Formats: sequence, structure tokens, C-alpha cells
Amino acid sequence: MSNSSTALLLATAFSTAIAATMVPVANADGMKMMTKEQMMQTRAANQKRAMAQKLEKCFGVALKGHNDCYAGAGTTCAGTSSADYQGNAFKLVAHGTCTTMHTPKGDGSLTPKA
Amino acid sequence: MIAPMHAPLQEVAAAQLPTRAGVGLKPAHYAAIIENEPEIGFFEVHAENYMGAGGPPHRNLTYIRERYALSLHGVGLSIGADRPLDRAHLSRLHQLILRYQPASFSEHLAWSTHDGGFFNDLLPLPYHGATLRRVCAHIDEVQDRLGCRMLLENPSTYLRFAESTWSETDFITEIVRRTHCGLLLDVNNVHVSATNQQTDARAYIAAFPLAHVAEIHLAGHNLEADELGRPLLIDTHDRAVDAAVWHLYGEVIERTGAVATLIERDADIPSWDVLFAEACQAEAIMADHAKRGARHARHG
Amino acid sequence: MPATAESGLPAPPLHERQRAFADAILNPALAAPAGLLGPDGVASAHRFGVYRNNVVMGLIHLLEDKFPAVLRLVGTPFFQAMAQAFVLSCPPQSPILLQYGGQFPDFIARFTPARELPYLADVARIEQAYLEAYHAEDADALDPSAFLAIAPQDFDRLHLQLHPSVQVLSCTGPALRIWQMNVGDEPLQPVDLGEAQCVLVSRPEALVELREIQGSSEVFISSLLDQASVVTALQRALAADPEFDLSANLAGLLEAQCIVGFGFAPPDVKRNDP
Repeated sequence: MSNSSTALLLATAFSTAIAATMVPVANADGMKMMTKEQMMQTRAANQKRAMAQKLEKCFGVALKGHNDCYAGAGTTCAGTSSADYQGNAFKLVAHGTCTTMHTPKGDGSLTPKA
Repeated sequence: MIAPMHAPLQEVAAAQLPTRAGVGLKPAHYAAIIENEPEIGFFEVHAENYMGAGGPPHRNLTYIRERYALSLHGVGLSIGADRPLDRAHLSRLHQLILRYQPASFSEHLAWSTHDGGFFNDLLPLPYHGATLRRVCAHIDEVQDRLGCRMLLENPSTYLRFAESTWSETDFITEIVRRTHCGLLLDVNNVHVSATNQQTDARAYIAAFPLAHVAEIHLAGHNLEADELGRPLLIDTHDRAVDAAVWHLYGEVIERTGAVATLIERDADIPSWDVLFAEACQAEAIMADHAKRGARHARHG
Repeated sequence: MPATAESGLPAPPLHERQRAFADAILNPALAAPAGLLGPDGVASAHRFGVYRNNVVMGLIHLLEDKFPAVLRLVGTPFFQAMAQAFVLSCPPQSPILLQYGGQFPDFIARFTPARELPYLADVARIEQAYLEAYHAEDADALDPSAFLAIAPQDFDRLHLQLHPSVQVLSCTGPALRIWQMNVGDEPLQPVDLGEAQCVLVSRPEALVELREIQGSSEVFISSLLDQASVVTALQRALAADPEFDLSANLAGLLEAQCIVGFGFAPPDVKRNDP
């Protein structure tokens, strides 16, 4: 591809893109609650979207997670003794959300619910 | 002893916090504050929480600063460390002061830097001649670099050092004499330390150089016990101000008159109304004192 | 006025005192330093333990706040033990705690007990990128019509400047889906571990936005972030996927308000044309 044809290709792509931004775009249906069937449908829809190569916004709300950080104030945690932080992850099992995983080798539940 | 030479300390502004109650500004309350514009004396922020490049914290603080007086409270300068101050950190503080023009800048009589980095806690100091010289040299440097007087806050302590030769109040009095810094009296810290050291909080207040106090902090603490079953108060900032601390605060206000007073809450942040009510309680104590003062003047 | 030290001994140098104090905080196997006294003048290990606990538990709580999805995925006991191992090996290097935890995702990736959850480090990367975007420098998105002023022959020298908050992540599994189900109130659903998701993170205004993108889009955007020209970025994206649609990706970046400026490489710079 020559310099000038590349430039032309880019110029065309930009003008197409700019035109596209002027048209209101339907909202992404996002990743809402899904049954297994719905999930399969959504995956199909995802694949369709992938064909369109749109950049779909899936999440855009303010999370609670960005609190202040604080230094100085003490922390009370199970007695505030020096022994509080003796947990040993090597003896623990990750034990939180129950998320059933479909792996290519079949279904499996990785993290049993407490 | 001759006090060291000083550059003018009020270059930036002769600003002072209003002698009213304020609340520590928390992200959880940005929306409530911006929407309702509560009638409150001032807000205080931890300087280090506004050292990000941009984003919502700066937008919100800019908006709030346009409407309220601001106190900038540092928690990371490590004034008590036996090592040079972090010049880059001082520069960042200077930038924040230029940007937000706070009415007050305060830091702690404590240390937090070490060979391996930085501790997110305010660690205690032994009080002797070497630490006095170190702390005073650092406060001189801070005030020169920032171009304003700083307030130094008394710490909450859980233990004391065998090698200390000064009482904390004498140590702080001497720092003020040498550096001309102001003071931030944390009344909760006085109560916490006095309980932990089994000393008399009232005697501490009586010996404290109250004339130099430009701000007061009030916060909550938690009661635990040490290995000998003795009471051990933890300065947790995670609950309402304790009745004993309110009482001690009233006694301080009796001596000082109204002083800018901050309600500090850094963990388990409640709704805005809860903190606002505590600020109102502090204002009521100051107003009550002023009223009685006026009555005394009339009848006296 | 100064009095005689209780110990009757000369004070140990302050820097030695602070070094011993600091070492004992980060190493629970060390005893509390000598000469730290309770009210009766007797040394109290428990009282020293308060400082130890404040530092270590304080940082663990800070990581819990910053990585809520990771916390939910593994549960509090596991998270605290993993965070503790991180805190003791990588204590903060700066007083700006907003920046603490940047190495936590890589730590998780190397952390043997978490190996059963291959997506965990990627979920942590999403949470870290989210926070970095939140605190990133502000910049105004470019009005798309600004590109209309460019002469067609100049497009092959065009460079795009993306918003300072923009990051792209290439995950080995469905980390975005897992993240989303573990923050907020989304119900948990089955996921396909074979689905490798790529993510675009940005914060054009006050809100952080996450988008799932194609692998070739990830190549394209990360090339732009590496200061590559649009042509070079396009070539790399086409190498990843011959079907790569440039105009759709540009439209996506414009809609997402990710482009804040552009510039041109000097015309004498030689490119390797394919």
C-alpha cells in the first residue's frame, strides 16, 4: 500500500467514524441477569456485535470502592493484638462467591458456597 | 537559648479557620454536601488523598472549596523521623496549598518513614534533646518551604519510651517557642493517651500551651485492654465522639474560648447528618461558653 | 523542663530506635523493641502490637476497599491472608496511599494458593485500572469534527492522543464478566472460562467506564497508547485480525470520548510499507 492510498484509507475511515458518531446509537443491553438459555443467546448476540466491532460500554456507574485512604487513625480488628495478622493463605481455601464455571472440559464449580 | 531565625511565616495568606465547627470531608458525602450546601464552618481533608493527578476528588474539592473554608491536614510528612524530610512530598504539599489556598495546614508530632518505605500510621517519638532538635529543624523547613505557619498535632500514644526526658506538654511548648508553629489540639488524643499512660488528662490540658491552639480535633476511640487487663484505648476515628471527650472539650473551650473544631471520622463513615449533628454539638458547646461569658461580663 | 530519663541510661540514637521499631512492625517474628513501656514502667508487647496491627491491618483494609471483587471471589479470611503476605513483602513506598496496591495483581498472579482461580489476577487488574482511571489527569475529549480539518494526504502521519485515563487489558478469561458479577448487585451467573475478554477502561468525565473490546481493538489501542501512528496501529491490528474494522474502532473511541488530541510525525520519517 502506498503512502497516499494509506492516507486515503485513513481519511475515509475517519469520515465514516465521524458520521457514525452523529447517529444516536442504541444502548447496549449489557450483561444483565441471565438464565443459561439467555446466556447462550447473549453470547450469540455478543458474537454478532463482535462482527460489528463496536466498543460496547458494559459498566459506567460510580462504585463505592474509591474511598479515601487514611493513615494515622488506628484500626480495631479482632482485638488489635500483634497476633491478628497471622493468617496463612497456604492453609486456606479461597472461599467466597459461588460461581459455577463452564470450562471447555465441562461444568465445574470452583468455589463452593460457604 | 536563642530561637533560630525565621522567614516570614504568613507569605501565602494570613488566613485562619473560622472559630466554628467543621467536618472531615469524605467522598461518601460529596453528593450530600454539594446538593444541600450545609451551614458548616469548614471542611478538612487529608492532603495525601488529593495527590492524585485529577478526577472526581479534585473536581469535588474545587467545588466545595469555592463555598467553604478548607483545612489541609497532612498525614505523611513524617516530621519526627530521624532522616531528611521527603522534598518531593513537601513540593506536592506546596502545590496543593497554592491550588486550594487552605486556611490552615497541620501535621503530626510523629514519624512514618523508614528505610523500607512508608508506614500508614503515626508512630510515637521519644521526647529528648535529639528528637527536639530534629523535630524543630523539620518544622522550620516545612514552614520555610510552604511559606506559612503550620499547626502541630499532639499524638495518641499506646506506650512511652524509657529514654524520654521531657513530658509531652513541655516538649510541645518548647517546639512552639523555637519554631513559632501553631498547635492542633486533638482532645481525643489527650484522653486516649492519658488513659493509656494512666495520667491525668486535665493536668495535660493545664500544662498545654493553649494560647497557640488554632484548631481542635474530636474523634471516637475504642476501648480494649492490654495483656495485664489495663484499659487500652485505640484512636480509631470510627465512631461518635465519646462522652468523656466531649466533657474534656468543654473544659478546653472554657479556657480557650471558641476554636475551630473538627469532627474526624475516617472509618465506618455514617451518613452526613450524623457527622453534621456532632459538628452542631461542638458549636453548641462553643455558643454556650460565649453566652455565659457575655452574662459574666454583664453581671461582672 | 527536661528531666533524667527513667532508664538512667543515655538515649539510644533516634535513627537506631526508629529502625528497630520499623523492623519489628514488619516482622512479626521479632520481639517488640526494648524500652517501650506501659503505665507502670513495665514493657508491654501488646501495646507495641497496636502499632503493628494498625500498619498491617490498616493496609489490608485498604486493599479490601480497593479490590472488592477479589475480596468477594475469595472470601475475607483468604483475602486477608493473601493481602497480609503482600503487605509484608511490599510495604508502601510512598505516603500517597491512593497509589498503594499497584503491584497487588501481579502478586496475586504469582501467589500459589490462588492458582485455582486463574481469573483472579485479571479481575484485580481490572480493579486496579479502574482506580487509576478514577484518579487520572483530566482532559477534554476532542470534538470529532476537528478531524475534518486534516488534509487527506496527512492522515498517514497521524498520531492520536488518548485520554490520560485510557488503559486496555487483555485477560486470559472472562474477567470482566466475573468482575461485573462481583461488584454491585448483579446476580451470579455461569461463565465460560474459555472466553478471553479484552477491556477498555476510561474516565472521560466523572465516571469510570469499562467496555469489552475485541482482541484486535486491544492491539490497536495499546499501539496508540505506545505512541504508534494510526497507520502502525492499524497494521498491528490487521495482523491480529485481518477483519479489523478501522472506522468502527475510531467511531468507538470517539463515542467513548477517549481521543483528546492528535499530531503528526515529521513528513521525512520513513515508514516500512507492507
